[in-house]
Amino acid sequence: MIEIRWHSRAGQGAVTGAKGLGDVVARTGKEVQAFALYGSAKRGAAMRAYNRIDDKQIINHEKHMLPDYVLVIDPALAFTDNITENDKPTTKYIITTHLSKDELISQIPELQDKKDRVFVVDAIGISLDTIGRSIPNTPMLGALMKVSGMFELDFFLDSMKSVLAKFPQKIIDANMEAMTRAYNEVK
Amino acid sequence: MAEKMELKEVEVWDGNYAASQALRQAQVDVVAAYPITPSTPIVENYGAYVANGYVDGEFVMVESEHAAMSGCVGAAAAGGRVATATSSQGFALMVEVLYQASGMRLPIVMTVVNRALASPLNVRGDHSDMYLGRDSGWIQLDAFNAQEAYDLTLCAFKIGEDLRVRLPVMVHQDGFLTSHTAQNVHTLSDDEAYKFVGDYKPHEEMLDFSKPVTYGAQTEEDWHFEHKAKQHKALIESREVIEEVFAEFKKLTGREYKRVESYMMDDAEVAIVALGTTVETARVAAQQLREEGVKAGVVAPRVFRPFPFDDIRDALENTKAIAVLDRSAPMGAMGALFNEVSAALYTTPNRPLVTNFIYGLGGRDFSVEEAKRIFKEQKAHADAGYITTPIQQFSGVRGPKLGFFETKRGK
Repeated sequence: MIEIRWHSRAGQGAVTGAKGLGDVVARTGKEVQAFALYGSAKRGAAMRAYNRIDDKQIINHEKHMLPDYVLVIDPALAFTDNITENDKPTTKYIITTHLSKDELISQIPELQDKKDRVFVVDAIGISLDTIGRSIPNTPMLGALMKVSGMFELDFFLDSMKSVLAKFPQKIIDANMEAMTRAYNEVK
Repeated sequence: MAEKMELKEVEVWDGNYAASQALRQAQVDVVAAYPITPSTPIVENYGAYVANGYVDGEFVMVESEHAAMSGCVGAAAAGGRVATATSSQGFALMVEVLYQASGMRLPIVMTVVNRALASPLNVRGDHSDMYLGRDSGWIQLDAFNAQEAYDLTLCAFKIGEDLRVRLPVMVHQDGFLTSHTAQNVHTLSDDEAYKFVGDYKPHEEMLDFSKPVTYGAQTEEDWHFEHKAKQHKALIESREVIEEVFAEFKKLTGREYKRVESYMMDDAEVAIVALGTTVETARVAAQQLREEGVKAGVVAPRVFRPFPFDDIRDALENTKAIAVLDRSAPMGAMGALFNEVSAALYTTPNRPLVTNFIYGLGGRDFSVEEAKRIFKEQKAHADAGYITTPIQQFSGVRGPKLGFFETKRGK
């Protein structure tokens, strides 16, 4: 079982990102779960979303998880939220930031002994450049594909095209570019 | 004619989406609804299906849940297939009309996304609303995940509309834990699903002017009791139709439902009895404990009403110690599920040790670790031969440990 925890603000698309990832993964015959903790949270409030991926049906409904991947799609939450909560010696972090990896880690004591497991990508900058809005969810998925090796980029982009099918072509194209850039730029 | 929707064989849907798709596929004549968290998306999605031509029926937006259920009663009495959705406070506001619907024997289907009742205000999942509907005369089916919310909503129409039953049916799912959790859902095509549900069979419909009928008549001590006795009998006897519908559904899909779902119970020494998503989380705990040599199993009423007094007894009578979990504040009593399971087991030769846990109120997480701890406590009762803790305990609450009532069947 692979477990993923998203740290986000309500409105940044973590729920959509988690469900989109679930949708793509389910197409490969795997079982998925995507859920979020937000309730009556307002836009901008810190919230978390979660994915579970497994070969057999997922029947665990607890919110508690020991994540394999922690995806932080709001730069400030790396500082203010407890992003290392319940982590494992193998947990990998992908953090949205305009800082370099060294600059970021030097400011977050909890990450200092996990340097080789921390990855950074400017998902906000990329989404502003490509989509024209601060929607860091799809670029984060591009970065996750690179770091996890879960799927080849081309397969993933193709699958995401149908997940995003309800949007106008222009937005789909912009998301494709955002994911490709994040895939190539994550460090 | 309503447009057909192309569905993939496996979709990634949350419980709300699954329930709304089942309502669409059943081609309901009238949906009267007032959205409320966490079931809002069912109403939203359904409204979108209507607007986009996927539904031929009417969608009535009303000013409250009381009006929603009243609209459903009117439309069902007129002779249509009728459905709605609600949660929590909305459910509470409907309660008066719920009794009207069942007393008039109107087969309305309601998808209920379970949520806590205020006060304090809380939008998250517990079973307070489901328990509030306990005596309302509705059949209550309980889904443990999104797939089951879809399947059971389709079954609900077929059960309630059967002329041997003619009763309203609720399909429950856990707020957020099911309603907002996307998982793999195996779908039926629109044609397969509608063929399974079947055409609505009008019965004593008010719009048949050649045969005028009255709904909701007044009866005092002369007839009220006979009506209520007949209604209770119909509810108890719906068991057979429920089993038939589940069997037919299995033939179509391979997915099997039973009035009581038993997991690893063949040789179980200790068991957890629960409702909703907790059933599945407890199954994970049982799997893990089996590896440690504890003979753990899980039993769950799939059908909360009519209460499966018979099948609960069969499932649990050879178990030594049982924890019954109630996700609703019992307010001055033992939990309702505990009381009902205990009553059933009291009529068995073995009379296992039964304790009660109140847990998960207002959406408090229920973990696999906690389920394992509860199983182990049952093992301690089983080994001692008596209940070694208070009979009612609280699981997952902060503050001083709460426990009430000691056993009189001590060492």
